[in-house]
Amino acid sequence: MDVEILARIQFAFTVGFHYIFPPLSIGLGLLMVLFEGMYLKTKNTEYEVLAKFWTKIFALTFVLGVSTGIVMEFEFGTNWARYSRFVGDVFGSPLAAEGIFAFALESTFLGILIFGWNKTKPIMHFISTIGVFLGSMFSAVWIVVANSWQQTPTGFEIRGEGAMARAEITDFWAMVFNPSAVDRVLHVWIGALIAGAFLVLSVHAYYLLQGRFVEISKKAFLIALVVATIFSLSQLHSGHASAVGVAENQPAKLAALEGHYTTGPGDLYLLGWVNNDTQEVTGVKIPGGLSFLLHYDFKTPVVGLDQFAKEDQPSQVNAVFQTYHIMVAIGMMLIGLTLFACFMWWRKKLFDTRWLLLAFVFAVILPQIANQVGWIAAEMGRQPWIVYGLLRTSDAFSATVTAPQLMFSMIMFGIVYLLMFVLFVYLLTKKILHGPYDEASTQPSVSTL
Amino acid sequence: METILGLDYPSVWFIIIAVLFIGYAILDGYDFGAGSWHLFFKDNTERRIAINSVGPLWDGNEVWLVIGGGALFAGFPLMYATLFSGMYVPFMLFLLFLIFRAISIEFRSKEPMTWWTKTWDTSYSVSSGMLALLLGVVLGNVLQGMQVGDNFDYAGAGFFEFLTPYPLVIGLLSLTLMMWHGALYLMYKTEGAMQQQIISLGKKGFILFVVLYIAATLFTVYATPQNLSVFHSNPVFWLFPLLVPVAIALSYIFYTKTKYVYGFICSSLTIGLLLIVAAMGVFPNLLVSTIDPAHTITIYNAASSEKTLGIMLLIVSIGTPLLIAYTVIALYIFRGKVKLDETSY
Repeated sequence: MDVEILARIQFAFTVGFHYIFPPLSIGLGLLMVLFEGMYLKTKNTEYEVLAKFWTKIFALTFVLGVSTGIVMEFEFGTNWARYSRFVGDVFGSPLAAEGIFAFALESTFLGILIFGWNKTKPIMHFISTIGVFLGSMFSAVWIVVANSWQQTPTGFEIRGEGAMARAEITDFWAMVFNPSAVDRVLHVWIGALIAGAFLVLSVHAYYLLQGRFVEISKKAFLIALVVATIFSLSQLHSGHASAVGVAENQPAKLAALEGHYTTGPGDLYLLGWVNNDTQEVTGVKIPGGLSFLLHYDFKTPVVGLDQFAKEDQPSQVNAVFQTYHIMVAIGMMLIGLTLFACFMWWRKKLFDTRWLLLAFVFAVILPQIANQVGWIAAEMGRQPWIVYGLLRTSDAFSATVTAPQLMFSMIMFGIVYLLMFVLFVYLLTKKILHGPYDEASTQPSVSTL
Repeated sequence: METILGLDYPSVWFIIIAVLFIGYAILDGYDFGAGSWHLFFKDNTERRIAINSVGPLWDGNEVWLVIGGGALFAGFPLMYATLFSGMYVPFMLFLLFLIFRAISIEFRSKEPMTWWTKTWDTSYSVSSGMLALLLGVVLGNVLQGMQVGDNFDYAGAGFFEFLTPYPLVIGLLSLTLMMWHGALYLMYKTEGAMQQQIISLGKKGFILFVVLYIAATLFTVYATPQNLSVFHSNPVFWLFPLLVPVAIALSYIFYTKTKYVYGFICSSLTIGLLLIVAAMGVFPNLLVSTIDPAHTITIYNAASSEKTLGIMLLIVSIGTPLLIAYTVIALYIFRGKVKLDETSY
């Protein structure tokens, strides 16, 4: 295989694996703040048990997130040297800001969060919990800003010639608030908060079905349900805003998301299959639906892939189409599920509806899939550009790194990440099966696991 | 060109990045060093104490690496690109051990089986040592110069080119120095029989380090005379290399007087001074091309635009006090001897 494909597969694999963890850290961060805040407010030790239990699970996800995250920073230099040279002037400052403002905050307070229960005053501990949560939120901001600049570059100019050409900042805030940044930061935040809430929902639904830890599980489930419902609904709005932004700023990407080849009124597919050779989509569609969503009119023409030269179109239109549609479908399912659960809560039947609780046990996988496929659609839809309209992916990988070196690191990461994943799932399951406290004792108290 | 205190922006950035990496080497240095001793402890409780002495802190220490890397990326993108792609294999190995070290700390005490804890103990200790070694190897390559070719791309090839004698000696120097540094840290964090053990081990570590320090100094004079020219240009600069043996001697004197915190401060100074000497030696170059002087990467041809360096200066001047405050708070909260409780690893 050639170096470009290997470098892309390696980046996709390592970042995809990394992205299992940060959304859980962000999402669980909010729940930990809520649980610990409730404990400080009510002095009810059930909330303390919940806060400590979820802190332990958070710690596990955080360690894996950190160790797989440093890989990403290094890979810019090792595998994408020409890209680093081109964007360093612009891209480096948000990355450095992430490190110094966000990662420092979360990593330092993490130590206090996990090990400081007996060493600090409750309020100091609570501040640390908030610090970790805010740090992880800020992290997302800077990373997504940098990625958004690759999608919709602004606030820069190109200086230098040939291989030494690079983008230099002319306006920092125009770079930070590039056209897609705000929409995408919100979209990523909300996706992460949903992922965390659904993990809490899943675990406590499982306890409720088993009849274990019933009282605290009801409390945790309801808090997480409120979080999940609010953010599943807001994701609808955020997703729409993102799509409108893509239509404005990256029309070729939007056309790929919907498999829209010919400029004209755009159809909206509920599901379908794109044949890139015949440029046809077969599936269930709402005629003019895409035009309506973008312009509130079924007839307004939408730019199709036919407006772009072949070498400027994403080559994997079907992959972009499918991943995007899976994400949207899952988003709708989560809204349906959470709203229905709220309805049953209102009817006071929530905890007696066993099939619904069972659905929540398994629903934990849905936000994870949505987060992954959403990013795949965003990144593959940007192709063939690594920086939209400025730098091609084929001009961005390290010229000096050889295919055998890439194969070596691929295999290395493949084996290590597989091992990490198995251990993560094993230890997570073990913690969950053990539960928040020792059931043998009459009083709920903190587990010594 | 804009200046601060008479220094142009690229020079200021050279200093900032040097400071960040010195901070990183001192902080992750003690936990790499402590980890390297790990297998010398035989008792399970002692090993838990050893892991918990760095448990709440290693992650905060690694932040300095992330920030140093980010600053290098933003400040000197050309250097970042060439160094990281040119040192592909050592950096990949560095990542491998960084990951193994993190998960070893996290997973070790999650299961009671002996095979489980022993596996993670070994993985923790080996990765800690290898990380200390690799940091030195990469530094040795930078000091020695690399095959930088057209477009400032690395022109070498092959898996093991980074392993030449000089970088290897610098790697061993880094390993033994961090082990001495980490031993002093463990002496401060432990008590009783365990403390006695690390006190006697530490002495052997110190002797090894001194041997390597002398060897590396002689090798540097022999192999990289270009890095010494700065000291001939101004005799005052000799102060820094001459302070190194003073710091080393002081760290040992405090050690014999059982003042381990002061000893630790002196070993931190040793790391700092050695890196200052190295930075002075290469300045204003970042990476000398061994092929063609025209391809040498300097702070000027690698620097980002003045605008970016200015913005970053603002970010760093707000961020660095915060970073130092966080580090101090964490060190303060987890000060003193390690006591195992239910939140420990």
